Amino acid sequence: MAVSLRDRALLGKLSLLVVAMFAFAVFVMPPLYNLFCDILGIGGKTGSAYQAVDVEVDTSRSVEVQFVAMKNETMPWDFYPRETSVSVHPGESRSVIFYAHNRTGKDMVGQAIPNLVPFNVADYFHKTECFCFNNQPLASGEEADLELVFIVDPDLPTSINTLTLSYTLFDITNRSRPTLAQAQ
Amino acid sequence: MAHGPAKGISRWLFTTNHKDIGTLYLWFSFLMFLLGGFFAMVVRAELFQPGMQLIKPEFFNQMTTMHGLVMVFGAIMPAFVGLANWMIPMMIGAPDMALPRMNNLSFWILPFAFAILVATLFMEGGGPNFGWTFYAPLSTTYAPDTVNYFIFAVHIMGASSIMGSINIIATIMNMRAPGMTYMKMPLFVWTWLITAFLLVAVMPVLAGAVTMMLMDINFGTSFFNAAGGGDPVLFQHVFWFFGHPEVYIIILPAFGVVSQIIPTFSRKPLFGYSSMVYATAAIAFLSFVVWAHHMFTVGMPIAGELYFMYATMLIAVPTGVKVFNWITTMYRGALTFETPMLFSIAFVILFTFGGFTGLMLSVAAADIQYHDTYFVVAHFHYVMVAGAVFSGTAAVYYWLPKWCGKMYNETMGKIQFWIAFIAFNITFMPQHFLGLAGMPRRYADYGLQFADWNMVSSIGAFMYGGAQLLFLFNVVRTITHGQPVSDAKVWEGADGLEWLVATPAPYHTFIKPPVISAGVEGPEWRVDAPAPAMAFKTAPEAG
Repeated sequence: MAVSLRDRALLGKLSLLVVAMFAFAVFVMPPLYNLFCDILGIGGKTGSAYQAVDVEVDTSRSVEVQFVAMKNETMPWDFYPRETSVSVHPGESRSVIFYAHNRTGKDMVGQAIPNLVPFNVADYFHKTECFCFNNQPLASGEEADLELVFIVDPDLPTSINTLTLSYTLFDITNRSRPTLAQAQ
Repeated sequence: MAHGPAKGISRWLFTTNHKDIGTLYLWFSFLMFLLGGFFAMVVRAELFQPGMQLIKPEFFNQMTTMHGLVMVFGAIMPAFVGLANWMIPMMIGAPDMALPRMNNLSFWILPFAFAILVATLFMEGGGPNFGWTFYAPLSTTYAPDTVNYFIFAVHIMGASSIMGSINIIATIMNMRAPGMTYMKMPLFVWTWLITAFLLVAVMPVLAGAVTMMLMDINFGTSFFNAAGGGDPVLFQHVFWFFGHPEVYIIILPAFGVVSQIIPTFSRKPLFGYSSMVYATAAIAFLSFVVWAHHMFTVGMPIAGELYFMYATMLIAVPTGVKVFNWITTMYRGALTFETPMLFSIAFVILFTFGGFTGLMLSVAAADIQYHDTYFVVAHFHYVMVAGAVFSGTAAVYYWLPKWCGKMYNETMGKIQFWIAFIAFNITFMPQHFLGLAGMPRRYADYGLQFADWNMVSSIGAFMYGGAQLLFLFNVVRTITHGQPVSDAKVWEGADGLEWLVATPAPYHTFIKPPVISAGVEGPEWRVDAPAPAMAFKTAPEAG
């Protein structure tokens, strides 16, 4: 029994819908998700490198910025911030050092992934320089001072007095590619 | 072309007959129902007492995961596809499904999918242990190596569902008898048409989700891996974008079945036919825009929580329309309480109950307390077991005489119903209390304060499992020793084209389509020219 023309046409349209929905899930949803987080400043993801603009430093208030460093799973490095907390005026540029030490006997590559709390303030926290923009290769026994330079936006809602920036350090030795960190 | 069924095993392997394929689907789904039920029995046996008695926690996780996967994808979904295969062509006056060979393919890849899935239990590392929702990174970074088999099995199931639903859409849209306008279609056909569109739209999303998992695990991508710039929360969005429509995929055909059965045993046409159709469509549409209510505890802006909360509550409106229509259909009807009707009434009561707990869960603030507790387990078993499984059981009892020309044992059916009804409530009602008291789901052990209700729940579960064996016995007994029925219209109050063909339904029906009278919309239409259909009572023509 041959498939009728009407069935063929319908089959074509429905197959197209199937392919479109698959493509939607794999190629549209992930970028769309990141776009949403980006536009709304949610998800705790901080933005990419920021070009400092001339703003007046708001000395009338200060904001406490706390730093947390975590290691994912079996990441064997030492990894911690030199200062766990700094007080800054909005608009002021500030540098902080994170210390990393590869105590193992092999060369490794790490990648720090930032997260900012409260989760909706990502738009008010600017990083002009950050080690997290790239991955961090450390040879066996090597140690490094990793720098972060940031500015808290003067438009930060006055209800917020404390920000917590956490970095989770992942071991990406097996999967490291130079482009990996570009998204950060 | 053959006049009747081929002989031997080749009848089943190569069949393109919608009734044969429907039968295959129904038996396969019942087999999977028993298997998934067995997994549930293992879970309940371990939870009978606090502490670890029978199995290791790792195996417990595999059992809960496999129970969910097998029941959702292996038992409930194929059961309703089987019913669709058997009934839709007969209900719309079509000789067969539109794409019979694809129909054969869509069934026969299913046993392979589940063979692969179940085989992982015997492999090194064990089967899937990350819950039926397979959240990343549990299902990627921390998954056993057998996760690749799981992914492959899900792909095959998805392909089967997509082909099955394309076939159902093509059949309903292109093969209706002359005069069978959309608004004359029986509600079971309507709910399946909408369900099939849901399936075509979201099964590819599931395929996409597992494909991304596959890429993350084997090919170094980072869709769900934070180390590479991905986000595990994305997985939950993709999964529930599939998963929420999926729960309506499971329940809408059940709505359809109940909408056929209640009018029959109330001896009244279905109340509010067109509102039923629109309510079904509204539920289907809303199912696409509420997915994140499964994720209130993940962290969301307050605006998002409010939106998903109100949108979810909105679904109660069309669902309420349906419940009131079923009740109004029964109101002042000449009711009799045969087994299918008992299961349907229980469906209305218990599904409504499960719907209300769903409303409680939709409250974003309260959900933080309920999330991932046994309250959720109780909620979705009220809608899936008392919803989909009760309605599937009702459908089998309702149409079994039409399928095999023999009447089931009514007493045994009623006994099964009452055991199932009581046992179901003994099993799942206490789980509400456990959940509200804070017992989390998916753990192999629990605190002593939960011991009593867990024991009650386990006893109920064993009783419920026993009722299913009685069901199997009753069906087999009907086929082998049942009282023959010869009336085309098995139930005096039944209405619809399937009750015009002979009993048992001949191998080929409606080779010449019936002609449906013009004008009357809704369920009260009449057949103008029943003769071509009736002619097959004795002498089926070559197809």
